[in-house]
Amino acid sequence: MTAVPLAIPGWLQSLADQFYLNFIKDDRYMYLVRGLKITLEVTVLALILGVVLGVIIAIIRSTHDKTIEETKPGFGRFILKFLNAIAKIYLTVIRGTPVVVQLMIIYFVIFASSNNKVMVASIAFGINSGAYVAEIIRSGIMSIDQGQFEAGRSLGFNYFQTMIYIIIPQAFKNVLPALGNEFIVLIKETSVSGYVGLQELTKAGDIIRSRTYTAFMPLIAVALIYLVIVMIFSKLVSILERRLRNSER
Amino acid sequence: MSADLTVHAEENAIAAGEVLISVSGLKKHYNGGAVKALDGVDAEIRKGEVVVIVGPSGSGKSTFLRSLNLLERPTEGTILFEGKDITSHKNDINLLRQKMGMVFQHFNLFPHLTVLDNMTLGPKKLLKMSKEDAEAKARQLLETVALADRADAYPSQLSGGQKQRIAIVRALCMSPDVMLFDEPTSALDPEMVGEVLDVMKSLAKEGMTMVVVTHEMGFAKEVGDRVIFMESGVIVEEGTPEEIFGAPKSERLQTFLAKVL
Repeated sequence: MTAVPLAIPGWLQSLADQFYLNFIKDDRYMYLVRGLKITLEVTVLALILGVVLGVIIAIIRSTHDKTIEETKPGFGRFILKFLNAIAKIYLTVIRGTPVVVQLMIIYFVIFASSNNKVMVASIAFGINSGAYVAEIIRSGIMSIDQGQFEAGRSLGFNYFQTMIYIIIPQAFKNVLPALGNEFIVLIKETSVSGYVGLQELTKAGDIIRSRTYTAFMPLIAVALIYLVIVMIFSKLVSILERRLRNSER
Repeated sequence: MSADLTVHAEENAIAAGEVLISVSGLKKHYNGGAVKALDGVDAEIRKGEVVVIVGPSGSGKSTFLRSLNLLERPTEGTILFEGKDITSHKNDINLLRQKMGMVFQHFNLFPHLTVLDNMTLGPKKLLKMSKEDAEAKARQLLETVALADRADAYPSQLSGGQKQRIAIVRALCMSPDVMLFDEPTSALDPEMVGEVLDVMKSLAKEGMTMVVVTHEMGFAKEVGDRVIFMESGVIVEEGTPEEIFGAPKSERLQTFLAKVL
């Protein structure tokens, strides 16, 4: 009886070597850790900005569409028409141009004097996301039965109170899947931040590639990290969705 | 000085039998006058009165009712509620609506809130009642419609009749001076109509001013102080239930009654 030698197959050995080279040597995994942190920062800040902008734009747009015919001529009507026009221009421009171009314009033109890349990227992606969130929320508001508005108004709530207490909570629940999807798009879109030199996750993988001259390991690692984040997030959304739905049964 | 104050106080409180809502020359036109949902309606609602509005569908009775709290903005005419013209932009319609409870055909309960939250939302946010006071009042009203045990249920867990009873007490939570009912039993299964009508009957007995658009002729006869028959956007005939159902004068009312009775 001879002992089977513990020979490691050649391909496995080369994989291990590559892993060592790309992640362990010189603490290169820290690029990914720092990149991930920046990606998450930008995403969360952009998400907050996007939702705030989106809700405001959605309320302006749906208020205009629902009430403009009933509004008496005067200052209020003028303001509403003005805000609606601004909102429409915003939606058209943002949805009509690529996010990379918007990012570069905001970084190189509007905030040319700023060096805070995380802030600039957050603002750029927030403004971009806001346009899509606005249309998602508006569709949610428009999908709520007119009777809900009437019930709110008949109790004595004004238009905005009816929105805040009655319509938005219901609309939000209806559009939660679409909003979750928008978040997934957003987190992946931040991967173009390398264009303005922000070292987020994708750029981090690219830096490792340029140091080690191997593409497979760092890029697959980056892809896997995105995948895991998106999977975790999708799970959270579906849990939240179920919670909200269960509360009514 | 003090005498003056008393006079003002009395002016605000409208005594039973006095005019609460006064409608004159009410018109509602669509498409620049091509469709005339209301074509000149004059009516008075007195405090403590139960006025039942009947008529064929498309007669404008719902439009008339919904004009009373300005859910429909009339094209022409005035509506005085407690002496204030509600169509005037000078008067805050939101404040006036707090005193006009409304019950809808399709209940319109808020599906994301429990029964109790449905009832206390208005009192808490608009009347600035404390949570405790609002809930105490809501629970007390739930007792009166025998639904105290459903306080924490969501609307989707209730039957149609239960939903409508909740909708009625939700409106009552605001302590309105008048209750408007827009075909409150039309969307109900037949076996549930009775429970809703019973609530409305006891409300009428307590002296609530009510304007009811309905197809329930039995209710009109039994509870109505006055019945208004509308057709083609105008009031064709009005009178006590005995007059309307016992001795209809106009041919159109006779035809209508022949169909529904």
